[in-house]
Amino acid sequence: MVLAFAASAFADEIPRADRRSGSDFMSRETRAMQDDDTANPGMLWVLEGGALWTRKTGAAGRACADCHGDARATMKGVAARHPSFDAAQGRLVSLEQRISFCRTDRQGAPPLAYESRELLALAAYVARQSRGLPIEIAIDQRTQPFLDAGRTTYHRRQGQLNLACSQCHDANWGRQLAGNVIPQAHPTGYPLYRLEWQGLGSLQRRLRNCLVGIRAEPYEYGAPELVQLELYLMWRARGMLFEAPAVRP
Amino acid sequence: MASALINVPERAKRGEVIEIKTLIAHTMETGFRRTQLGALIPRDIIRRFACTYNGTEVFRAELHPAISANPFIVFSTIAVESGTLEFHWTGDNGFSVTQSAAILVE
Repeated sequence: MVLAFAASAFADEIPRADRRSGSDFMSRETRAMQDDDTANPGMLWVLEGGALWTRKTGAAGRACADCHGDARATMKGVAARHPSFDAAQGRLVSLEQRISFCRTDRQGAPPLAYESRELLALAAYVARQSRGLPIEIAIDQRTQPFLDAGRTTYHRRQGQLNLACSQCHDANWGRQLAGNVIPQAHPTGYPLYRLEWQGLGSLQRRLRNCLVGIRAEPYEYGAPELVQLELYLMWRARGMLFEAPAVRP
Repeated sequence: MASALINVPERAKRGEVIEIKTLIAHTMETGFRRTQLGALIPRDIIRRFACTYNGTEVFRAELHPAISANPFIVFSTIAVESGTLEFHWTGDNGFSVTQSAAILVE
């Protein structure tokens, strides 16, 4: 019943058969870079994340591994199910927020700044463990309001250019904007290495770039609006295979 | 940053041409960019990469600001004997990374 409600309201959503990951819109060379773990620069962050995973830190002197063991087993599927509702905090959290919370709450270490090298490395390492798995976002009465809020943001015109996300990514995907092909905006590979950034970044970084692009005030990192939008985008991409850490132009 | 990703075949036949891939984490700051306030961000790049095979240099490259971040260098060499391949990157501000990989040549 709840799931039916979640699916009904907006008919311009891309039909499942037409859903394509951003990697489908890339050049052959960029796709080859993503598919080769020895050439994918995102793997440098995954490597560092792997090292951080076993490093004891904080007042509690704990490593991630001390509670979570081998990430290859315990973190399988985790990134493909985020953002999710954290009962302990009573709110919706992104993967980065959950890692940061573990850092302060369980390890007693200072929080990791958004987009910091360490937080991205841990997120990349966790996300790597979900590669090849389908995105699964569970919507229940706790998360339905956040999904609705994210969907509303996605369809709301914003900024000086007065554009809504849906106008490009639902109505005009596949066409070109300023010489670049417009993808469908499925976050199948985050955190990812963007050639334009010459570095790895989170989905929130990309969303902020988009908002600046339409001359809207970008929400701060970690803002509920961004996490809700992440939730909606991941839900909209449900069933698609996770490909983190991806490479994008 | 963790450092470098090296891909060397574990074993090869004597005389076989092998492909070696290297990827190193480095921002490769060109020295041409400016901050929001207009101050020049100083150059900080890797300048040299060299690979030695049991002590003999088999590949060398000089890098310049045009090389993008996290340089990916792929080259080939002939598998002559079993031993160690050593990879050495040096650059500005005392940047120096060395990694090695073993190869079994039969």
